[in-house]
Amino acid sequence: MSTLLIENTLHGIQLGLLLFLLAAGLTLVFGIMDMVNLAHGSLYMIGAYFAVTLIKTTDSFVLGVILAFAATLVFGIVLERFVLSSLYARDHLDQVLATFGLILFFNKLVQVIWGPAGLSIALPPWLAQKIEILPGVPYPLYRLVITLVSLAVAGGLWFLITRTRTGMLIRAGASNRKMVSALGVDIKWLFTLVFGLGAGLAGLAGVMYAPISTVYSGMGEEVLIQAFVVIVIGGIGSIRGAFIASLGLGLIDTLGRLFLVDLCKLVMAASAASTVGPALASMLIYLIMAGVLVWRPTGLFGRS
Amino acid sequence: MRAPELTVRNIVNALLILGLALVPVYAWATGNVFVMTLLTRALVYAIAAMSLNLIMGYGGLVSFGHALFIGIGAYAVGIMAFHGNANGLLQFPLAIGVSALFAMLVGALSLRTRGVYFIMITLAFAQMVYFAGVGLEAYGADDGMPLKRRSTLGPIDLADRTQLYLFSLAALLGTVWLIGRIVNSRFGMVIRGAKSNEVRMLALGFPVFRYRLTAFTIAGAICGLAGGLMANQAGFVSPAMMHWVQSGDLIVMVVVGGIQSLLGPVYGAVTFIVVEHFLSTWMKETWQLVFGPLIILLALFARNGLDDLFALLDKREAGRDG
Repeated sequence: MSTLLIENTLHGIQLGLLLFLLAAGLTLVFGIMDMVNLAHGSLYMIGAYFAVTLIKTTDSFVLGVILAFAATLVFGIVLERFVLSSLYARDHLDQVLATFGLILFFNKLVQVIWGPAGLSIALPPWLAQKIEILPGVPYPLYRLVITLVSLAVAGGLWFLITRTRTGMLIRAGASNRKMVSALGVDIKWLFTLVFGLGAGLAGLAGVMYAPISTVYSGMGEEVLIQAFVVIVIGGIGSIRGAFIASLGLGLIDTLGRLFLVDLCKLVMAASAASTVGPALASMLIYLIMAGVLVWRPTGLFGRS
Repeated sequence: MRAPELTVRNIVNALLILGLALVPVYAWATGNVFVMTLLTRALVYAIAAMSLNLIMGYGGLVSFGHALFIGIGAYAVGIMAFHGNANGLLQFPLAIGVSALFAMLVGALSLRTRGVYFIMITLAFAQMVYFAGVGLEAYGADDGMPLKRRSTLGPIDLADRTQLYLFSLAALLGTVWLIGRIVNSRFGMVIRGAKSNEVRMLALGFPVFRYRLTAFTIAGAICGLAGGLMANQAGFVSPAMMHWVQSGDLIVMVVVGGIQSLLGPVYGAVTFIVVEHFLSTWMKETWQLVFGPLIILLALFARNGLDDLFALLDKREAGRDG
């Protein structure tokens, strides 16, 4: 039981970090540009598809992953320059519509290029093994690696936001866009930078998680909607809020799926519990969101 | 009451309603029942899109989870039919009532927020209920379930395609009448006023939150009716009915028709269903490669949809007279 608990706690942290990589970029885009980007999940998906192809063509896992990350970054910046930047001045409805159109397009495009069936990436043997993290608790090495990389990225992001001049501008942009622009900062440059940062993080998440999950059309929206829940709970524009909310939700979601059936058995018949438990587990993060909204409508770290 | 002016818009509106009313005659005369089946779907979506337009077009509240209420209405009908009750006189009030209740709950939470938050929260709640539907093992889980028996309302039997079409058309006209009354009432003026200047409405002493919650609840109730009809039209109930893509589709329908006009969503729904049908027939699986970019172009260049077209034609007319 304790092995299972440790394993699932680590899984939960991984899910949390995955959500953080998506939510961090998204919350900045929302906060600084006041822009709804539903197509953020598409970058995650495209990162994963790029990884499939580039690992195959280079025949090297590490090289393929690095190239896929770089390709997604470029893809995101091109998307921003040519389509999304013309939406900043529009209202939310236009942004929702245009990015919804983008999702439909990309989800179909990957099916046309890579085929409708889900794809998977095989790990190289040196990454596919398990190591003992605690005595008697073996854990897949690759999952450990992506956890550490995600943590390092989160740390780097924290450093960038809180300790550098660029980060200062980003924070200033999130709290008062007009004032920053009035002070003579090139806001367009800042927008592209923030969007590129977000695209890079989403692409990185897609590239890293591709080997441990199936790569399929529409995979982006599934995590995107969860990332929205993270942002609503953490507060728009707050990296710290996104970090705390994503780790919390990752753990609650993973452990909920593990324990809710048993918890339900305490209050109802076993047959009912095996139906209600899983359904409740997949609704759990949304119920928590509802709870947070009652208490703080602008999220834990959002400004009212 | 003033007689309606003879503008291009009014003439086209009259022709639309006349045309929709004559579809069963056309189907009967030519034996082409498919057109009627396709347009039944358009009518049902038109009801749902009109209900969304009440809060989105007139109220300025961009809800990305409106298909939630289609799902609730459809499941209300489907679950009752599953347990052997196909009486529409019970099913439809239940579909409407439960949808209204859900809309009140979702509205009470999401209307406390603005803008981007509101969009994300409505989407998240729809996703939550979608998962609840997936979890309904007894009712087919994520595969959904066929509708055991289509609804009957007294002498009306919705298993008959013509009756279903006419009943849906009647429901649509009822919705047009109701929403037309609402948006032109004092209540509707408050909703529209709050869209253009919320602070001013608050300063005038209107409890904007309560007005919006009422509008949101009415919109949910009407959409629940559409859901009940959708179950009858499809002969099937499944979580896919409240998938987020469905909510996006409803927004597209509203915008295609023009968010500033009462009948806009009807044009939007008919256009959407017809375009979707032809594109998917011609291009098979890949139709979204064209449809997606069309939506982007719509958002970028034709924000007021078909409304702009009518306005343009009317202006030209007016210019000729003057």
